[in-house]
Amino acid sequence: MAKRIEVSGLHAYYGQVHAIEDISMTIEPRSVTAFIGPSGCGKSTFLRTLNRMHEVIDGARVEGKVMLDTEDLYGSSVDPVAVRRVIGMVFQRPNPFPTMSIYDNVAAGLKLNGVRGKGKLDEVVERSLRGANLWNEVKDRLSRPGAGLSGGQQQRLCIARAIAVEPQVLLMDEPCSALDPISTLAVEDLVAELKSQYTIVIVTHNMQQAARVSDRTAFFNIAGTGKPGKLIEMDETSKIFTNPTEKATEDYITGRFG
Amino acid sequence: MSAKTAPGPAPSLLGSISPGRKIKDKVVQGLVYLAFVIAMIPLVSVLWMVITRGVARLDMTFFTKSMNGVAGRDAGGGAYHAIIGTLEQVAISTVIAVPLAILTAIYLVEYGRDKRLARVISFFVDVMTGIPSIVAGLFILALWLLTFGFSFSGFAGSLALTILMLPTVVRATEEMLKLVPNDLREASYALGVPRWRTVCFVVLPTAFTGIVTGVMLAVARVMGETAPLLLTIFVTKAINNNPFEGPQGALPTFIWDQASDPNTNAIDRAWTGALTLIAIIMLLNLAARMITRRRKIASR
Repeated sequence: MAKRIEVSGLHAYYGQVHAIEDISMTIEPRSVTAFIGPSGCGKSTFLRTLNRMHEVIDGARVEGKVMLDTEDLYGSSVDPVAVRRVIGMVFQRPNPFPTMSIYDNVAAGLKLNGVRGKGKLDEVVERSLRGANLWNEVKDRLSRPGAGLSGGQQQRLCIARAIAVEPQVLLMDEPCSALDPISTLAVEDLVAELKSQYTIVIVTHNMQQAARVSDRTAFFNIAGTGKPGKLIEMDETSKIFTNPTEKATEDYITGRFG
Repeated sequence: MSAKTAPGPAPSLLGSISPGRKIKDKVVQGLVYLAFVIAMIPLVSVLWMVITRGVARLDMTFFTKSMNGVAGRDAGGGAYHAIIGTLEQVAISTVIAVPLAILTAIYLVEYGRDKRLARVISFFVDVMTGIPSIVAGLFILALWLLTFGFSFSGFAGSLALTILMLPTVVRATEEMLKLVPNDLREASYALGVPRWRTVCFVVLPTAFTGIVTGVMLAVARVMGETAPLLLTIFVTKAINNNPFEGPQGALPTFIWDQASDPNTNAIDRAWTGALTLIAIIMLLNLAARMITRRRKIASR
């Protein structure tokens, strides 16, 4: 499990709008990489290019290379659906399927891809819920609707759903921005545990969070409204937060702007 | 000095609701209730009238016998042939229209987006919504009966009703699919689920309740259509269980036929026919409610 992602010369567009410009970086396996930066600087867009979710938006397109170990995600013969099975995603707002029970939500990725067999599903559901630190809270009500859980539980349910399909990489787009501090802590603890098995990329607006959970941090910025977002600097998290190379990074993390 | 001033109640910072606002509130509330009552008057009076006049012939004969050999002034006679006809015709048109309409709506919302083809289809669906029902009947008369040479049948009536049902169900389904949050589609894509499975197993179930409601409205609408049926199923007083051959009865045409006959017995039959039609539509609606409710409980 857990693979390295190597991005080179990546540009992303929404129609005519150039959203991110010329990004190259390496994301290490079995580590947590945080993306920080002001709103609209393209962190989320960049994250979505990493599992080809960017292109589900009309008119969106990508140029450049994203290598997962030795395979190019944007190779001409690559099936985007297969990419998303290998690189899972957790979204900003918890989005459990409202018509499904807790059990079915976790099993959704397998069931919708044609996996049958109650024994196998039971096992995956329990393992994923345990993996998401949710098992003890929901084990007695697996048949209740997923939407009935609290916000923090829903988000952990979404994480369980994402890891149930056994991805290599887990992308998290501001997974705690809709959660209270206690739930945030639960998710952060979970991220720390998951990194032993997965390559994790987390977008966050919360710099303390980036400092707490990540091994490496990438700072994105935008030159002005309508300009494309750029990667300013990427380094060890401790270095970014104590002794960044770029002035803009320092200004951002010390709260001078953003 | 100021300490000596009387410690009367301090003027409230928050104040009280001004009389003007209170009056406005009451007036608007009154108007809302009034509008509700006015809207209920025709509904209740129609129901009342149909029930009081319809019960006269609410007997077994009405539901088991046809009008075969019964003249307008005769007592007795029934609407069995009409009930069977209506149920068959509407069932057939539902079977044709609903899958077509749902697939069209899925194309429009999930695949077409702003493509030219989707815009054209959307435009024609709008046009179809405005087709007067008799025009649908005339169209089937001209195409199915006169051009293709088929004879009058319940099925020809179903085709005319299908034309009327299609746009209603397309629009209703489209609205419901649009209400499904994009988050859910993305969540499904992110699990590596292909688009068509996402539509079948995530989007449609989420919109299910609304789609059923839309279908029921369309069914209720076409069940009362008279004009297109007159031109396509023709008239018969006899029982014809086969919707694919020969003229067939239908409740709306039965009501129309009996009501135009100036005999008390015929008029009574017309009222009971109307009551039956309303009852069938109500029962179907109840059934749909039960289905959607059971689904909700099952998903718990």
